[in-house]
Amino acid sequence: MPFMPVKFNLQKRVKLAQGLWMIYWLSVIVGILLFSLGIFFKIELRKRSEMMDNNESHLVPNLLILVGLLACGVNAFGGKVCHDSLDPIKFAKWKPMLKPFLLLCCGFNALLLLTALLCFLMQFAVYLTLAEGLKNSIKFYKDTDTPGRCFMKRTLDLTQIEFRCCGNNNFRDWFEVQWISNRYLDMSNDLVKDRVLSNVEGKYLMDSVPFSCCNPGSPRPCIQHHLTNNSAHYDYDHRIEELNIWTRGCREALFSYFSSMMTSIGTCVLLVFLSVDMAGLKYLTTALETMEDPENPECESDGWLLEKGVKETFGDLLAKLKTLGKTNQVVEGGDAPEAAN
Amino acid sequence: MAVLRLKFTKNERDKLAQVLWILNWISVLTGILLFSLGLFLKVEINKRGELMAERDIQYVPNMLIAVGLIACAINFLGGKICYDCVDTNKFLRWKLIMLPYIICTFFFTFCVLVGALMCYSMRGELEESLNLGLTEAIRFYKDTDTPGRCFLKRTVDMLQMEFHCCGNNGYKDWFQIQWISNRYLDMSQKEVVDRLRSNVEGKYLMSGVPFSCCNLNSPRPCIQQHVTNNSAHFNYEHQTEALNLWMRGCREALLEYYTHIMQSIGLTVLLTWLFELSVLTGVRYLQTSLENVLRQGDLNSESDGWLLENSFMETARTNLNIIKCLGKGNQIDTANNGDPNINVPSTSKAHYGPDNVPLKEIPEAS
Repeated sequence: MPFMPVKFNLQKRVKLAQGLWMIYWLSVIVGILLFSLGIFFKIELRKRSEMMDNNESHLVPNLLILVGLLACGVNAFGGKVCHDSLDPIKFAKWKPMLKPFLLLCCGFNALLLLTALLCFLMQFAVYLTLAEGLKNSIKFYKDTDTPGRCFMKRTLDLTQIEFRCCGNNNFRDWFEVQWISNRYLDMSNDLVKDRVLSNVEGKYLMDSVPFSCCNPGSPRPCIQHHLTNNSAHYDYDHRIEELNIWTRGCREALFSYFSSMMTSIGTCVLLVFLSVDMAGLKYLTTALETMEDPENPECESDGWLLEKGVKETFGDLLAKLKTLGKTNQVVEGGDAPEAAN
Repeated sequence: MAVLRLKFTKNERDKLAQVLWILNWISVLTGILLFSLGLFLKVEINKRGELMAERDIQYVPNMLIAVGLIACAINFLGGKICYDCVDTNKFLRWKLIMLPYIICTFFFTFCVLVGALMCYSMRGELEESLNLGLTEAIRFYKDTDTPGRCFLKRTVDMLQMEFHCCGNNGYKDWFQIQWISNRYLDMSQKEVVDRLRSNVEGKYLMSGVPFSCCNLNSPRPCIQQHVTNNSAHFNYEHQTEALNLWMRGCREALLEYYTHIMQSIGLTVLLTWLFELSVLTGVRYLQTSLENVLRQGDLNSESDGWLLENSFMETARTNLNIIKCLGKGNQIDTANNGDPNINVPSTSKAHYGPDNVPLKEIPEAS
């Protein structure tokens, strides 16, 4: 008993072939889309790699690029097969390759599922990398004279302005590091010396933030220095003042940006997961094979998904796997009668 | 003597019609391109409308939008005409419209050229508008509590951060106005009161700039206050320090941005103009060759096509005469006291009968 049989006459076969051809070429375009999404994601990761200590994992974009290219190839081949399927001479050329091709499609769909899963799961890795990377960025903000870190200040300022955020968790992260280089501190000044000596590590700490934390939407000019000192500024209460500097942390801002990107890419990959073209191709090939009279194109034929029922197919598959394993074993008592003959 | 006469066989005529059909559809696309360029320019100008004083600069994008729409319509009609020209029966339908269509399109291409030239001429007006607008914007920077100007501070800050500029001509513009609102000044402090009294208008002036003037590329944290006072900061000399604040003025930055946009748009419009002109030339050749074929009678024969039937001078003279006669059609003939009922004998000689025979006067009815 074939699994899900359908009767096909000439009209239906032609329509099926044409429809499948369209679907395959649409899938090629979708493959190109996946490829470009992978490239876009890779570029975005590269752009912000300084914020992540150059430690970020490029697994997801590389996988997307690979999947996109594979999709293009597989679907283009499928389209060609469908295009040739109605011409028996050309189709005979493709017949032997069809079974491996369907198996390849299965494998490719599994790869798509894996990519979508990774898109959703790797967000945790990105979060952790961001946390670590931003902490180091803030620490190295002042090192504009150290080769390899000259542009950390510029990158961090740009990030804070672009993503409207301040610090790692919030603006208080800036109070814990020295973000003014010693080159610009007048060590002969008593105030400076006091401040440097006031903590164990000898850092010049203050309750100020860089200018890139300033919120342009604030009605008053930006207050950067002595943020927690209400009496240093007229009519200022730091506990209720929300518009002065950005209150969001950069880790949260960057993570929400990357997370939304990865979620939409993962959803897109899931939508691409099409079993329709596989089923259609299986129907088409079986319909063409079971034509009673190959010379008469008008005859009817049957098409199905599986030749026997689902259980029987699985039983056959398991038996085949078992025999594959047994071919290397010598069958006892089996050779003797043959040798006798 | 026809201008640029060319011979066309039947095949060449058909091919010309088909090619012109495709070119007309491409011109429709370029018309849509012009329309969208005009729309883009309009949106860009309106985005920074707060920073520009009232000046008549909206005419350029409006002109581009109008020209784009008219180009679409004209080329759509042209495509339809050329499509029908392959079949001579259908051409008869369009025969009378073709010449007016060609004349209209010719004048329209002038409009396209004017549109392109306007793009380049807008710069002067734009500069003046930006100058006034930015001066006002900087003056009203502090008025975040005045309705209608609440967001001027935010606009100016975002502008300075995005275009990497400071002030109108330079950062010193900020020294001449009070950019901190009185709401945030502690009037009970002696220093504040002194500073307010130190100038005629009672403004709180200082040598400080807003945070948005800070240069990202500076290796040291931004120095915003006491910018011109070298002793206020360690290891600082404001005359040689070029990386601390943005050195460029915002007027110059915005002008360069808009000039760049308008130069690209102007170039695109000029190329579109050339393309339209070439399509029009093709349509003219098609029209004249088809009319000549009809005049000859044999539809499959060769025919001539030209741009003008006679030379430039003769065509100009003929057209001027036509215009003059149009003007005279309403004037009354002043002979015979203006009475049109009197029969005036013809002054030109008729070519029947012997010459020099005086014409008999018709006796008047009693």
